[in-house]
Amino acid sequence: MNAAMLRLIALRLALGLLTLAIVSALVFTATELLPGDVAEALLGQSATPQAVAGLRAALHLDQPAWKRFLIWAGGMLSGDPGRSLVNQLPVASLIGNRLPNSLKLAGLTACVTVPLALTLGITTAMWRGSRYDRIVATLIIGIVSVPEFLIASLAVMIFAVKLRWLPALAFRAGVQDFWTMLWLLAMPIGTLTLVGIGQMARMTRAALVTVLASSYIEMARLKGAGPIRIVLIHALPNALGPIVNAVALSTSFLLGGVIIVETIFNYPGLAKLMVDAVSTRDLPLVQACAMLFCGAYLSLVLIADVVAILANPRLRQR
Amino acid sequence: MRRLSPVAVVALLVILAWAVAAILAPLIAPFPPGRIVTRDTLADISARFPLGSDYLGRDMLSRVLHGARYTMGIALVSTTLACLMGVTLGLTAAARGGWFDMTASRILDAMISVPSLLAALVVVSSLGSSIPVLIGAAAVIYTPGAYRLSRAVAVNIAAMDFVTVARARGEGTLYIIAAEILPNMILPVLTDFGLRFVFVVLLLTGMSFLGLGIQPPAADWGTLVRENIEGLSYGAPAVIMPALAIATLTISVNALIDRIPGAGQGDSR
Repeated sequence: MNAAMLRLIALRLALGLLTLAIVSALVFTATELLPGDVAEALLGQSATPQAVAGLRAALHLDQPAWKRFLIWAGGMLSGDPGRSLVNQLPVASLIGNRLPNSLKLAGLTACVTVPLALTLGITTAMWRGSRYDRIVATLIIGIVSVPEFLIASLAVMIFAVKLRWLPALAFRAGVQDFWTMLWLLAMPIGTLTLVGIGQMARMTRAALVTVLASSYIEMARLKGAGPIRIVLIHALPNALGPIVNAVALSTSFLLGGVIIVETIFNYPGLAKLMVDAVSTRDLPLVQACAMLFCGAYLSLVLIADVVAILANPRLRQR
Repeated sequence: MRRLSPVAVVALLVILAWAVAAILAPLIAPFPPGRIVTRDTLADISARFPLGSDYLGRDMLSRVLHGARYTMGIALVSTTLACLMGVTLGLTAAARGGWFDMTASRILDAMISVPSLLAALVVVSSLGSSIPVLIGAAAVIYTPGAYRLSRAVAVNIAAMDFVTVARARGEGTLYIIAAEILPNMILPVLTDFGLRFVFVVLLLTGMSFLGLGIQPPAADWGTLVRENIEGLSYGAPAVIMPALAIATLTISVNALIDRIPGAGQGDSR
């Protein structure tokens, strides 16, 4: 750790915070687009003007937009994003109930996807141009182009309906046993792995291929190092940063997949909560879920940036 | 232009076939898409109903053909809008630089960090789901990507000798953009258009699949999968066929892009 690294990390942190601020402004603005007034929409046509005025004051709708944004952002930061418009429950507790389920799914998916994608990315970069590389590239294009719900539907049809190996619903209350849970979650995890692996493997390969094209690798090759030694000893340390970045950026694709997968398998996670909130147009809940997802994604990207800086051998000594 | 590979030719034919199907749907569909034509719901493939029937007993072939109009039409309009906005902003940023470039880049980069399906959900929760909202949302969501690409390409071209020469000749910014930079951007921008088209199709069908996209009685391919999902448990063609329609279209577009010489990302050998 030296001054150059610290300065870079501080810069990334500042940029990340700026991005988060812009994103929260965007999420807030999107819900400002609503024609008319939330209070009128909530109370219906038969509401008295006094009731509407009262609710407007309660929801801070009588304040200018920038003030409401600050109130909203402050609530978000302090862990109190308000109450649901539909059932009046605090948004924080609604999210708190679902968060562990989503984290479980995310964690297990990461355990499967990341090693698989890295293996695919590294091996295809190692043997780039070979038949293996071309077959994997074609398969990845196929998988990346296909909607997530097609993969999930096919999985249900094959494994739950035809073969009867796996359950079509991914959640049962009160399951404690790890292996039962894994069995229940096998299809969602499998679907998400297919959704995420393409992008991750492709970006890993691209990062490694860039490094493999540099002249010091040519040098290693000329002195007689084998392909495995070149990739593992010479190329990987320099490609580590871009690869970590690739993994973090690919989670953006996984997120879209999670939304579809939780809905199909009726899994009580955060994404399902958000989809349900969108159909009932429960704006505070939608905003909170969106900010949580964006915040998680941005933190992952930030962590990856920091790891990339720490892993960069060129920055290590000055 | 070099010769296209056989894969690219097949992909091009599939795309053209879907385009023709979408344009001619009212003429070539055997039945009106909304009419119930059989009591046999979620039926298998037969001579009379080549793609089976749906959950109400409507002809699936007719519904898939009409669905192509929604899926492809909306995606085409959104993608065109996104690319127009992205390229305009990107060119302006590359040509003007300075504060405009910095502000635009910061905001649009922040927009990229919101996953697309998530952004579409937020917009729909506020404005409700209708075709104009979906088109607008998809266009705005995919503008930053188009901006980033066209800005990067334009900055590269602007640094080349022939642009310097044009500037030394005393040509104005508009002339340089129109006559020197734009013609050299066409291939990357077209490739990007194709990629973005696939993203938009996947986004729209995904939203429809969640029941938050195209609303019945109108039906795009995503809606068709959703409304027949109960047929999944016995493999009814009504749920498989629209999903396959999406897959054939998106895979073809991606395969075609991948085979265009000098444009794919896969040829980094």
